[in-house]
Amino acid sequence: MKSKSKYLIIGNSVAAVAAVSGIRQIDESGEITLVSREPHHTYSRPLITYLLGGKVTEEQMAYRPADWYEKSNVNALLGTEITRVNPDEHTVETADGETLGYEKLLIATGGTPIVPGNVAGTDAAGVFTFTTWDDAKAIEAYIAEHGVESAVVVGGGLIGLKSVEALIELGIQTTVVELAETMLSASFDRTASELAQRRLAEEGVQVRTSTTTEEILAQEGRVVAAKLTDGETIPCGLVIFAIGVLPATEIVEGTDIEIDRGIVVDDRMRTSVEDVYAAGDVAQARELICGEKRCIAIFPNAFRQGDVAGRNMAGGDASFEGGLVMNSVTVVDVPTISVGVTEPLDDSYETMVQLDEDAYTYRKIVLHDGRIVGAVFVGDIERAGIITGLIREGLDVSNFRDMLISRDFGLIQLPTEYRRRVISGTGTRA
Amino acid sequence: MKRIIIHEEYCIGCGLCEVHCIVKHSRTGKIIRAFKEERDQIVPGVQVERDGYESFALQCRHCDDAVCIEACMTGAMHRDPETGAVLCDTDRCVGCWMCIMVCPAGAIQQGADGTVASKCDACTDEEIPVCVANCPNEALVLEDEE
Repeated sequence: MKSKSKYLIIGNSVAAVAAVSGIRQIDESGEITLVSREPHHTYSRPLITYLLGGKVTEEQMAYRPADWYEKSNVNALLGTEITRVNPDEHTVETADGETLGYEKLLIATGGTPIVPGNVAGTDAAGVFTFTTWDDAKAIEAYIAEHGVESAVVVGGGLIGLKSVEALIELGIQTTVVELAETMLSASFDRTASELAQRRLAEEGVQVRTSTTTEEILAQEGRVVAAKLTDGETIPCGLVIFAIGVLPATEIVEGTDIEIDRGIVVDDRMRTSVEDVYAAGDVAQARELICGEKRCIAIFPNAFRQGDVAGRNMAGGDASFEGGLVMNSVTVVDVPTISVGVTEPLDDSYETMVQLDEDAYTYRKIVLHDGRIVGAVFVGDIERAGIITGLIREGLDVSNFRDMLISRDFGLIQLPTEYRRRVISGTGTRA
Repeated sequence: MKRIIIHEEYCIGCGLCEVHCIVKHSRTGKIIRAFKEERDQIVPGVQVERDGYESFALQCRHCDDAVCIEACMTGAMHRDPETGAVLCDTDRCVGCWMCIMVCPAGAIQQGADGTVASKCDACTDEEIPVCVANCPNEALVLEDEE
């Protein structure tokens, strides 16, 4: 065996970075080896669409400063792919045939983009997924080389939306194809989705809903059109599949590590196998509101899980308080935030709504059993975090619920005890 | 680190903290010009909440366990190693508003031009933050913490 590290981390994005800082909170010197398939210094993955759209430079992609590995005393093996985890031996294998040993292992491999297997012609040149820096560079190069003027984005979720915005910036005529009845249906309610869709349409984006791609048509090996299931054929020089990601569990498949949708972890981020932890988009951890274990592929979740995993790997006692689905995304120029349950699940849920369609402002609070379980903000997002905090806390809001929807709502309307804790500054997690 | 402690029982909602914060973060540093010429370009880092006769002045709590740093997707939101203050590097902020989404105090705002986050910078270049120094009632005080 080439080496044995006290801590071995597979992954180099937010969960991995948070794990390093979590470990270093407790263990300043224990050897950390971080292995990443991608060759880049740790970068902000959500910025890849900003990079394509020319809104950030390559320098701005850095998620942590250039000397971060060194300062954190991390041995970073970038551009190294792990192919196999052997929990019994406490080792992993690299694609180059090397073996690395560990005392504690963190799997933070993230997600793998989905390319639907039932769509013909996806191997044509000009068909991309978009989840890495290299994807951004490849798409940029393809657009430049072939003078792409029109594109189809398959999937109207967050990655799809941000891809569309980048393509708009580049002056490319773009059509979004979404299987559901509205875009962003996974995180928004119907009203917010329709507002977002209308704003995109105003920017000249074509939106096709309740349909999907049946076949990618190519000439001389390059994409020339996307044929939809409803019969329409959309000429285009580029196709981006932005349907979503699946937990990247391949390297632990066939081991004793329990996999459901993702790698199943407890509240300490431990997998079913001793000394192996998982965090981030690959992990399936407890969700805050329903209590079931779910894969929630969002940034703050990944950070929190990585931090908890790191601390526990180093002998600490940290606990994950449960994941909460939330997204903040600006649609063209309309900021939006959605948190938790955005549509009532049954008659026992109540909603409070304020809508001004012309101004693109919308606020919605979803209540259940006297507690806030979800919220949507479009246009006016000021102080949305107060509501997020109340959702996390599970505070009974019955006494002041009518205030919640007001624009003037603030901390001052909240119960003194809760308010005192929030402003104490010691940290406010439920 | 030093932390600004809010004593709402002494706050009369006068708003001097906001005034001094705005002047401090103006280009000119002059009160009249800050208000007459620059007011629409400055989002104060402290805001007075009022409800009837109750009031208190709230600025970023510079939390020990700062959820905004965790949620920041670019790394712009960070803890200043020297002062412990939670600061936003506006060169790296892209205005994704994840910080606004998660701050339970509602203490982060969209900046005046709507492109980057704006928050209390703890007046790290002053011995005492101007909101504290100019509060007439000691409703804001600076205290040392472990």
